[in-house]
Amino acid sequence: MPKTAKKSAPKKQARIKPGKKAPAASADELLEYYRQMLMIRRFEEKAGQLYGMGLIGGFCHLYIGQEAVVVGMQSAANDVDSVITSYRDHGHMLACGMDPKGVMAELTGRAGGYSKGKGGSMHMFSAEKNFYGGHGIVGAQVPLGTGLAFAHKYKGDGGVNMAYFGDGAINQGQVYESFNMAQLWSLPVIYIIENNKYGMGTAIERASSTTELYLRGSAHGIPGVKIDGMDVLAVRSAAEKAMKHCRSGKGPYILEMETYRYRGHSMSDPAKYRSKDEVSKVRKESDPIDNLRQLMMKHKTTTEEALKEIDREIKALVTEAANFAQSSPEPDPGELYTDILVEA
Amino acid sequence: MAIQILMPALSPTMTDGKLSKWLKAEGDTVASGDLLAEIETDKATMEVEAVDEGILGKIIVPEGTEGVLVNAPIAIILEEGESAADIDDVAAAPAPAPQPATEAAPAQATAAPATAPVASEADYDGPMVNITVREALRDAMAEEMRADENVFLIGEEVAQYQGAYKISQGLLDEFGDKRVIDTPITEIGFTGLSVGAAFSGLKPIVEFMTFNFSMQAIDHIINSAAKTLYMSGGQMGCPIVFRGANGAASRVGAQHSQCYASWYAHCPGLKVVAPWSAVDAKGLLKASIRDPNPVIFLENEILYGASFDVPDDPDFTVPIGKAKIERAGADVTIVAFSIMVGKALEAAELLAAEGIEAEVINLRTLRPLDTETIVNSVKKTNRLVSVEEGWPVAGMGAEMAAIMMEQAFDYLDAPVVRVCGEDIPMPYAANLEALSLPKPDGIAAAAKSVCYR
Repeated sequence: MPKTAKKSAPKKQARIKPGKKAPAASADELLEYYRQMLMIRRFEEKAGQLYGMGLIGGFCHLYIGQEAVVVGMQSAANDVDSVITSYRDHGHMLACGMDPKGVMAELTGRAGGYSKGKGGSMHMFSAEKNFYGGHGIVGAQVPLGTGLAFAHKYKGDGGVNMAYFGDGAINQGQVYESFNMAQLWSLPVIYIIENNKYGMGTAIERASSTTELYLRGSAHGIPGVKIDGMDVLAVRSAAEKAMKHCRSGKGPYILEMETYRYRGHSMSDPAKYRSKDEVSKVRKESDPIDNLRQLMMKHKTTTEEALKEIDREIKALVTEAANFAQSSPEPDPGELYTDILVEA
Repeated sequence: MAIQILMPALSPTMTDGKLSKWLKAEGDTVASGDLLAEIETDKATMEVEAVDEGILGKIIVPEGTEGVLVNAPIAIILEEGESAADIDDVAAAPAPAPQPATEAAPAQATAAPATAPVASEADYDGPMVNITVREALRDAMAEEMRADENVFLIGEEVAQYQGAYKISQGLLDEFGDKRVIDTPITEIGFTGLSVGAAFSGLKPIVEFMTFNFSMQAIDHIINSAAKTLYMSGGQMGCPIVFRGANGAASRVGAQHSQCYASWYAHCPGLKVVAPWSAVDAKGLLKASIRDPNPVIFLENEILYGASFDVPDDPDFTVPIGKAKIERAGADVTIVAFSIMVGKALEAAELLAAEGIEAEVINLRTLRPLDTETIVNSVKKTNRLVSVEEGWPVAGMGAEMAAIMMEQAFDYLDAPVVRVCGEDIPMPYAANLEALSLPKPDGIAAAAKSVCYR
C-alpha cells in the first residue's frame, strides 16, 4: 500500500526549539501549559511524599517527566472528546480538569476520592469529564478506547477518543486487534504511545523487535508520526493534526511520543536498570517544564513575578489537595457492598 | 449395482433438513463432484456434490420436501450398464442401518416439558405462539433493537452470514450494518471495544460464536466489564450482554465442548443467565438487554432447534434472578439449568414410573441464584440432586451443596448428590462422548439413591 508507506515513512516532526524561532502559541497559552505541567509535577511530588509517609498504599505510578505529552494533547481536545489511559493516570486526570482534591483523596483511599476510595491510584473515572480510567491491565485501555471511538461514531457526536498507552503495552496482541478494527471502521481515535523507554524494568530494545513504534500501525494503513514528547508545543502541533484527521472521518491516527519518566515504574521500583547519569542528563537537557520556562523568558512572553505567582498558586492547590486527602474520612463500611450492580 | 444417495448431515447437530432443490433431473449423467441438490437445514442452505458416477436413475424424495431425515435415501444412481429395472432392486433392499445415536441428536424429543409448568409465568394469559429457541433469541433481539436505538449486535458472522447458528437471521436486513456488525476474528479486541462502547452508554449485544472463544476475551469481561462500576464508585456502569452457545454441542471435541457456567457465576459484578426453553430464551434475553449490568447469557446449541409455546407479546419478559419449578413433586428436588432441565424432566418421568415424585427446578439464573426457591423446595422434599453438564470441581453443584449446608442443613435427610459432566476433556468418539455427559437414567439413579431406594 504505497499511500500508507508514504504516510508512515520515518520522519521527524519539526521541533520548535527554544531560541530558534518564535513560539507558535500565544503568551496566555504558553503560560497555561506551564501552569498545567507544573501542577502535575507538584501533585506527583506530593503523592510520592504521601506514599513515603504510608498514607498511599499499593501501587503508585508517577508521571513526572512526561507532563508535556498529556498537556499538549489535551490542549487540542474539546468537551465531547473522551480520554482513556493506563495506571499511570494522575496527570491525565488533572489535564482533563478533574479536581486534584478528589484525585489525591482516591490515592489515600478516602470517601472523598473520585471512586469513594474503592478504586485507588490505578482506577479512577469521571463521567462528567469524559475520563474513562485508569486501567490496571497493560493494554486493556486500547480496545476500550477504540470502543469509546466506536460510540462517538455511532452517536454521531463528533467526538474523538484519545487512547494513551506505553511502550510496554504496544506489544500486547489486543492493541493490533484494535488497530485493525479502528482502521476497518474508520473510528475516530488517536493512539498516543507514551514511549518512556522502559516497560517497568525492561528497556524497549530488550522487548520490541522494532523500536520505531509509530510504524506499528502501518500494516493496517494507519498513519503514524514520532514526536518529541518533551516539547509541549511539538505535542500540541501533532495533536491538532491528528485531531483534524480523526474529526474529518479518516479513521485512527498514531502518535509516538518520545518521553521519559524520572521516577521508577512504581514507588517500589529501585530503578537499577538505568544509570543515574541517564536520568539526570534528561532532566538537565530535556525537561519539559524548564524548557518552556526558558522559552517564555527568552521571548519575554512572561515575567519572573508571573511565574512565581503560578508557583504559589499551585503550591496552595496541592497543599489543599493533600490536606483534603488526609482529612476526608475512610469510606463507610456500608460501602463494601454498594456499586457492585446497578439496581435495575 | 445401483447406488443409493442418502440425505447427508451438514452439521454436527443436524437431524433432518429440507430438500429444497434438485440440480439434476432423472436421466442426467452425473460425474463425481457435480452438484446434485440443495439441502436446507435450520442453519444454512448447502449444495450436495455427487461422489459416484453414473446416471441419475430415480429421485426418491422430490424437491420441496421438508423434514427429510439424515441418512434417508433420496435418489438412486445407475452405474454403467444398469437400467431402470435395477432401481427396484435397490429400493427393495433394506435401508442402511442408522448411525449410532448420539446423546445430542434426539434433543428435540426431550424439549417439551413432561407436565404443564406449575409455577409458570402466572400472570400471563395472552396468546401463545410455538417457536424455536433460535427464533425466540432472534425475536428478543429484534424487539429490543426496535425499542432502543442504543442496542446493537456485534460479533463474528452475525450480519451477512446471518449468524453462525442463524440466531441473527434477518437482523441485518431490518437494522442495517450500523447496528448489526460483523467483526474480524478477534475476540479480545471486539469484546474490549464493546465494553468501551457500553461505558459511554451504548448497549451492545456481543455474540460469541461459542463461549469457548470467550476465554480469549475473559480479561475484558471480568476486569473491564464486571469491575468498573465498583472501581468507579458507581459512576460508570456497563450495560452489555455477552451471549452465545455454551457447553457441549455434539462431536466437536474438547476445545469446543465446555460449560462456563461456574466460571462466570464466580464473579461479582456479572449476572449469569442460562435459558432452557424458548420462553426462557426470549424472556430472559429481553430482560438481559434491558438490564443496566453486564449479563452473561449462556445458550445451548442443541436446544436452538427445539420448539416451545411462548407468550406472543413484546412486553413479556422473564425476571433475572428467579428460578422456575418446571414440575412439582414432594419426594426429591432436582435442580438443573440449560439443556439439563430437559434431562431432569425425563428423569422425573422415569422416577414417576417407580412411584417417586421429583420436583424439577429450572434455575434460569446462576448469578444471582434464587436460593429461596431451592431452599423452600428442599424444606418440602428434604433431598437435593444437582445436575449440570460442566465439571464437578468448584462447579454449580458444589455451590448447591454449600448452600444446603448453610441454609437447609436441618432439613436434609440425605447428602446432596451432584450429577456432573465427567472430570475429563470432552472426548470425540461418539460412545465416549455419550459417557461423559449426564443422562436421564443417571439422574434418576442419583435421585433414587438420596431417597434410599
